[in-house]
Amino acid sequence: MVAGVNLPLPERRNRPLPSAVSSVPGLVNGFFEWFGSLGIFFWQVLKATVTPPYEWRELIRQLDEVGSKSFPLVAMGGAAIGVIISLEARYSLSRFGAKSMFPATLVYSVIQVMGPIITGLVVSGRVGAGIGAELASMKVTEQIDAIEASAINPYRLLAATRILACILMLPLLTLATDACALMTGWFAQTLVEPLSFHQFISSGFNGATFNAFLPQTFKTAMYGLVIGLIACFEGMRTRGGAEGVGRAATNSVVLGSLFLILSDVVLVKFILVFFP
Amino acid sequence: MPATYEIPVMQLNPEQDRRVAVVAVENLHKSFGDHTVLNGISLRVSRGETLAVLGRSGTGKSVLLRLIIGLETPDSGSVCIHGQNIAGLALDRMGEIRKKMGFLFQHAALYDSLTVGENVAFPLVHHRRKMSRSERGDRVNQLLAEVGMKGNLDKMPSDISGGMQKRVGLARALALEPEILLLDEPTAGLDPISSGEIDDLILKLQREHQMASIIVTHDLHSARTIADRLALLDQGNVVIEGRFEDLQQSDIGFVKEFLKQS
Repeated sequence: MVAGVNLPLPERRNRPLPSAVSSVPGLVNGFFEWFGSLGIFFWQVLKATVTPPYEWRELIRQLDEVGSKSFPLVAMGGAAIGVIISLEARYSLSRFGAKSMFPATLVYSVIQVMGPIITGLVVSGRVGAGIGAELASMKVTEQIDAIEASAINPYRLLAATRILACILMLPLLTLATDACALMTGWFAQTLVEPLSFHQFISSGFNGATFNAFLPQTFKTAMYGLVIGLIACFEGMRTRGGAEGVGRAATNSVVLGSLFLILSDVVLVKFILVFFP
Repeated sequence: MPATYEIPVMQLNPEQDRRVAVVAVENLHKSFGDHTVLNGISLRVSRGETLAVLGRSGTGKSVLLRLIIGLETPDSGSVCIHGQNIAGLALDRMGEIRKKMGFLFQHAALYDSLTVGENVAFPLVHHRRKMSRSERGDRVNQLLAEVGMKGNLDKMPSDISGGMQKRVGLARALALEPEILLLDEPTAGLDPISSGEIDDLILKLQREHQMASIIVTHDLHSARTIADRLALLDQGNVVIEGRFEDLQQSDIGFVKEFLKQS
């Protein structure tokens, strides 16, 4: 039955629908309900962020948790990406007789595309899962209720601080990823064909402007918003004990990564239009 | 088959009516989906008075406390704290009212990443920002001493027993010197000796601080010890309210059954 419409069906068609089909209205309803709840949650967090008292101590703690503790992981990710791009780019460019383009290829690939997305995905996995699980665990053990009963706004103390920390730290972590990727990329190239680091940097950044790199780096602040918002939302609405905690952690990573990539589609177009 | 009984009109102490109610719950209704938990509850508690809310498991006792502290929103009816209806209040406005209330959760709900001392200091850190570190330390020590947990400042919640966690939870609830104290099953899961110690502690605190207290419990012995009045809930309604002697003298079948089984 379509919602609100009750059509009389002929006898021969009166068979039960397959469960996948019959669950479609429920899935659509759930989809819009999720987005609606996320919107309400975001509004509550935004109000809490801009009204005092501010939770500076908790914000600083979260900056450390999100930023400095993610650094080793994003550095390793960046180092790996640098080597991979170096190996692939050298092979491809050699085939087309464009080996001299290697430094620029590596620099532009890392800073404009791979660095931000790898940083976002690594942080989504580490930080998103951590925030989702932590807040979910607090929810099922009534700790968030206890915070609220103590006359403290949980949106301000728990959600706003974590989301702000993600927004502020993602661009810095992206710079770290980029730096590690460029260094290991140069190193991998030098092992095959010696190239001084100075020459590599000069050649790679030759003709580059701020518009070529800064918007791509600072778009990761939007990644931070997506990661932090979804992780906090999934954590703070958890139900169902240990299973709920696991579900919240998984959803934080999966949905955070998915929306991060989808938002990149929009952001890339935005940057191309406004920062040509 | 459970005994049937008639639900009488709630019997209020006339003396009680003349005192100003700090907490006044009027005709409160709350359902979760198709399940009706509270079906028109009305209760009043005055300053310095302790009301014990009793009933079988699942009769909405904890939900009642959550409605009073504002963690749930009623479907209809009102919850008035010092004459102000709190239903539908914004979070920050509700926060101002909650500063006058202390809540002990059934499982203490201590913050598991903080030490015992940090847990008790938590409300002070956020609401007494002008307090110096040493003043805060003194206050935390005083609160822990009051609940018999002195010397456990640096322990983590996972390092202490359930009874000790409840004591720490009680100390945290008292941190801001509340006018209203809400206790959700303070002796649930404890052995008889620990239960007696918690009862004595609550009595002592009540005498010293003269708070309006609402204690949810299914422990009749505990309720008799610490409460001035008892309210017995069943099927979302107050079956009877009064002193313990009023319950003993009641002819209502459910009340007799409850007293007999307790």
